This record gives sequence, C-alpha cells and structure tokens, in this order.
Amino acid sequence: MRLASVDAAALAVGLRPGMPLADARAQIGELAVVPHDPVLDHGWLDRLAQGCARYTPLVALDAPDGLILDIAGAVHLFGGEAGLVADVEHRLVRLGLTLRHALGPTADAARALARYQTRPAPDEGQAIRRLPVAALELEAEATTALVRAGLKTIGDLASRPMANIAARFGADAAMALRRLLGDAPSPLDPRITLPPVVAERRFAEPLGSTAHATRILAELTTEAIGDLSERGKGGRHFRATFFRSDGLARSIAIETGHPTRDTGLVMRLFAERMDSLADPLDPGFGFDMIRLAVPRLEALGASQLKLEGGAVKDAAIDELADRLATRLGRGRVRRLRPADTHIPEQAQLELPAADAPPPLPWQEPDPGEPPTRPFHLFDPPQPIEVIAEVPDGPPHQFRWRRQAHAVRRYEGPERIAAEWWRRRDNGGLTRDYYRVEDAQGRRFWLFRHGLYDEKPDPRWYIHGVFA
Amino acid sequence: MRESSPLLAGLRKRIARLAADGGLESRRAEGWLASGHASFDDALGGGLMIGRTHEFFAADALDATSAAAFAALIALRTPGKAPLIWLRTNDAGKRAGHIYAPGIAELGGDPDRLLLVETVDPKMLLACANDAIRCAGSAAVIVESWGKFPLFDLTAGRRLALGARDAGTTLLMLRLNATPAPSVAETRWSVAAAPSRELEANAPGAPAFDLELLRWRGGPAGTHWRLDWNHDENAFGPNADEAALSGALLPLPARRAMASHGAAAA
Repeated sequence: MRLASVDAAALAVGLRPGMPLADARAQIGELAVVPHDPVLDHGWLDRLAQGCARYTPLVALDAPDGLILDIAGAVHLFGGEAGLVADVEHRLVRLGLTLRHALGPTADAARALARYQTRPAPDEGQAIRRLPVAALELEAEATTALVRAGLKTIGDLASRPMANIAARFGADAAMALRRLLGDAPSPLDPRITLPPVVAERRFAEPLGSTAHATRILAELTTEAIGDLSERGKGGRHFRATFFRSDGLARSIAIETGHPTRDTGLVMRLFAERMDSLADPLDPGFGFDMIRLAVPRLEALGASQLKLEGGAVKDAAIDELADRLATRLGRGRVRRLRPADTHIPEQAQLELPAADAPPPLPWQEPDPGEPPTRPFHLFDPPQPIEVIAEVPDGPPHQFRWRRQAHAVRRYEGPERIAAEWWRRRDNGGLTRDYYRVEDAQGRRFWLFRHGLYDEKPDPRWYIHGVFA
Repeated sequence: MRESSPLLAGLRKRIARLAADGGLESRRAEGWLASGHASFDDALGGGLMIGRTHEFFAADALDATSAAAFAALIALRTPGKAPLIWLRTNDAGKRAGHIYAPGIAELGGDPDRLLLVETVDPKMLLACANDAIRCAGSAAVIVESWGKFPLFDLTAGRRLALGARDAGTTLLMLRLNATPAPSVAETRWSVAAAPSRELEANAPGAPAFDLELLRWRGGPAGTHWRLDWNHDENAFGPNADEAALSGALLPLPARRAMASHGAAAA
C-alpha cells in the first residue's frame, strides 16, 4: 500500500505521495491514514464544481483535483479578476480546502500555470514561457529527453522551430506546446452545457429559510415561463440550483411528460420533489443565489380547452403521472409498449411514462381462440419439477412453489426458437411451451428449455399464469 | 352546563352537516362498471358502482392472476381511452408475476391504457393511491397488495373511499394472498380460477372465473357466480359448462361462442 495523497503537515515532515505506507509509518508513528476513495473524491470535486457554477455556467472538472472555469464575460460581476479570485478563495478556504489558482488566456495555459508555476512573472506570456517542460504532461521518457536536450522551460522549446520539435519528440509534444501557447484551440468540456433558458437571482443577504427560497423559485419560474411563451416553447425539464453562501450548491430537477408552461404545475412538482428528498434542502448559512434552468425545451403552441372537458381530464392524468414520477423516480411510472420479437420476455417494453413513444398496435386476439399469452409473466422464469413424456410429450404433473399440480388439459407445444440471427452463439436453446390447466382450473404457461437433441436433460420452467 | 349546551348543540349541528355531506353512500352512483353478463349485472343493480371501492380477494395465493385479470378486464371493457392506473409494490413482479401486455391484448384489453406505478413499500403505495384516486379521468385505479396490509386499516380505507367518491373514480383493491377483513368497500369479492370449457384435443378454453360476493352494502351477499370471459364480445358471459348442464336458454354471445367451437370441432 502506498500513500495516494498527503496534507501540508505531512509534506513538511517529509512524506510524499507514492511512498510505501510501511515506510511512512516507520517515520511517523501517529500517522492518521484514510483509505483512498477515488469515487468519493470525484463526487466531492463535482459538488465543488456545482458550487462554482455561481461564477460562470462553464465549469469543467480537471480530475482528480482541479476545476477549470471559463470566466470570459463574467468577471465584471465580481469587480474584476482580482475580485473573482478573492471570492473563490474566500468561499473555498472556508470549506477547509487548500487552493492554488491561476488565470490564463486558454484553459490549458491556466491549468499548466496553476499546476506548475514556481516563480512569479511580469505577465501571463512570460509566465508560460518560464514553466518547466513537465507542464506539457508528456510521457516520462519524452520529458526526460527534452531535459537532456537542454530544453528545460517552455520558453526554450518555443524558440525552436515547431517542425523540429515534432520530428524529434513526436507530434504529441508539438501539439501540447501549441495548445499551451494558445496557437491551437484547447476546448473546455463543461460539466453542464449551457441551458437555453435561465433565470437567476442573487441576494445581498443570504436567505435563511427554505420557504422563502421556494417563493423566490416561484418568481423565477414565472420569469422563465414568460421567456418560454415568447419563444413558443414549453419546458420538459426544470432544474433549480440553490447556491449556499459557503460555496456549495444543491440542484433539484423535475421532469414533465409533456412540454408545459404552467407555473402552478412546475411548482407543485418542485414541492413534491423537495418533500421526497432523503436529505432535505439545507440552507446552512443561507442561500445567496438561486438559479432556475430549463435545459430541455419542446415546441408548445397555444392550446384551447375542449368544451366537453376531455383535454382537462387527460391533463389531470398526465399531471398525476408527472407527480408520481417526481416522487418515486421516473422509472417507476411506466407504460407498456410492444417490441418486435417473439421471445416472450422481450416482447414488451416497460418504458418511463415521461418518454414513452406513441402507442404501436399490439397483436390482435384470434376470434374464438383462448389467449396464447399469459396475463402474468415471470421474468426470470421459475424452475419447476415436471413429470413428462420423453422426448417431447406434454407435462403430466408439475411441482411449483412446493405444491403439486396435476395437469388436466394441455395444449402445445408452441415451439419458440432462440434468435439465432442476432447472436453468434445461436442465441441459446429452443423452448417448447405448453398451455396447461390443473385440476382446480388454474391455467399455467410452462416450457421445456431445450430439445432432447440439444441438451441431454432439459429443465422445465413456469413462465406465466393465464387468467 | 349552561355554557356547554350551546357548544353541544353546535357540535350536533356540525355532525348533522357532516353526515349529510360525508356519508359514503350520500352521493348517487354516476354509473356502473358492467361485466356484460346480464344476470350478474342485474343482481348488483348494474355492475360495480363507479365512485366506490371494490375489494377483490384472491381465494388462494395461486388465484392471484384470476383476481387481477377480473379487476383489469372489468375496468378495461369500458369504452374509450381512459387510463387504468395500476399501483403495486416493486416485489409484486416476483410474487404474482409481471403484468404482461401481450396477454392483456389477447384478452381483448388495450394495454396502452395501462399506467403502471411501482412503489418501494406499502406505505408509499397508500400515499400514491390517495393521489391517484383523487385524479378524475381514469377508468379505475387498481391497488395491488400481497399478504396482510396492516396500513390499510379502516381509516385509510375510508380516506380512499371518500377520495374516490369525491372524484368519481373507482378504486379496485386487489388483495392477493390475504384473508377478507371488514372494510368500507362497497362490494367485497373472492375470486378463484374455474376450470375452463375444454376445446378440441383437450385444450384449455377461455378464461373462467369463480366469484363469490362476500359483502355488498346495497344488498344480500353470499351469491356465487361462474363467469367466462369472451374476448370477441369484450364481455363476461355465463360459464359454458354450467349453461350446458342446466340446459337454460343461452344468451347470444355464449351461443355464438359455442357454435364457433362446434364448427372448429367439426
């Protein structure tokens, strides 16, 4: 086991990341060790990024421990670059973080400056030229080769012709250098793409109560919906972000099955969502900014209510589906749609009601014939013990859930082959389905998994129960 | 005593007002979910009353499918596209089986009308049922539970029943693997699978149901029925075996069904 990361105090006594844990313990007896959890670290970084969305919506994660903010056009809100930096430091230091920041003309330049700058420089251009070649983050051999060639700083490298660098140290080195110098684009991959409709409000004094914050959210919703109706659009997805004054933020999202411009509906869904949160919205020292974003829009024309009230009833059901999906999770409110396959358990799709496609026709029943598919289906099928004729006779008796059933009537087999055209291994075994009725009149759907020439001792399963 | 008598009088007045408005039977039925079987519907005054609670107990754990199918079919045979809201807990798929739309389509029901809601626990199930029942415009709300349902006591039942009455929605409580207990339901049924009429080559025939009316607020209980489901007519009909035995005059749908079976056999 090795040290993944150490704090300032540990650095001061000579511990370094990558050191074996045994050595570290030998040096420092009372070493406090916490197991490294990259997932948790990433989650924390993501929360910080969410909190930094107060400065600019374009925040990118630079795993494992960096954040890149595109502050172009957002600086004036905080009284210049210095003001913004001070605000960031003020908030994040309060969370117990050690910060190291840099401003740069491109994302890569800023990142390299934050991570590798050791000496101050009069301006950004000079600072980049004074960075060590390690800032290119090439492979270890390439970096060593550069240093051995006497090229110790980015400035040394930049003074050479680019073609020579590419020829000697590879195209990667040339590309990294050009990105650092701003000759090549270094695009940012923001955590959240810019939503089309945003309404936000900042407060001079933080709001201490959730109820007050909800009222502000209602005002923001009205604002955003005004914007939506000007565009002739309705929102399908609304996301409210509450920024706490200590630098963290909490997002709450809702979704509707149909585009909507109904403030009341949106607020009811938000209220539903807040009620169902496992850990309630905590204002902490207060919210100092609330933002409502509408990331997903769809065209929504002006609608007229039908005289007989049909549209109102449909809307009521849609709203119920949205409300239950908000409370329970979107996957728990479902509609059924047919799928084009004859494998029984794949013939129906259970889709979230919010984005189920328009209905497709189902298999029509044959006139005068009893149903050939069960009302209830077991997925996966449940194994049963069967007494049946070998090789392909019907079952005479079977035992399911510790209860024996004598078969009085049967129909079958209905042979359903595996989908050999979809899978390389021919898709598995053939199934022989029997519709059987026991002495009490209960009707079951049984199948033998495999023919006797496919498998020496095929197993029997119950796949469903008929009405 | 002198202060309390106007107080008591006020309370009495209030109770009287509540009783005039709040009794479960105070509102007239807006209609019935009819089965399509004439004598069954006549005996119940038209069928299962809309805006009321009806309970279906599976006679045995193995009769869960029969009870579920009976409740679903009687709701889905109403004309139109009104959705059937079906609430169940997320372990229901493992116990009773997943609701299988191709099977419903083959019974003549329209699976597109189903809105399935799965909850984590019975408590959430009741909370969601309370919301669903207050939403007008559904064909019916089915609430499926497995085993004892201690949360569904008289108070919870009455709350649901009042919600159903006010919104004009029908609540079908599907009680699987449970024993019947007193409740505020309008009707209470015990449903079991019945042997079907055999088809050619000893094949099982159309779905058949054994129904026992355990309780009915509007009349005598204890009646037994044996009904067949006829998906061509989209209606329940008399059991083919019983009708043949009694030699009674058959209503048209059943006779037609038998004629077609006869033709198939010949």
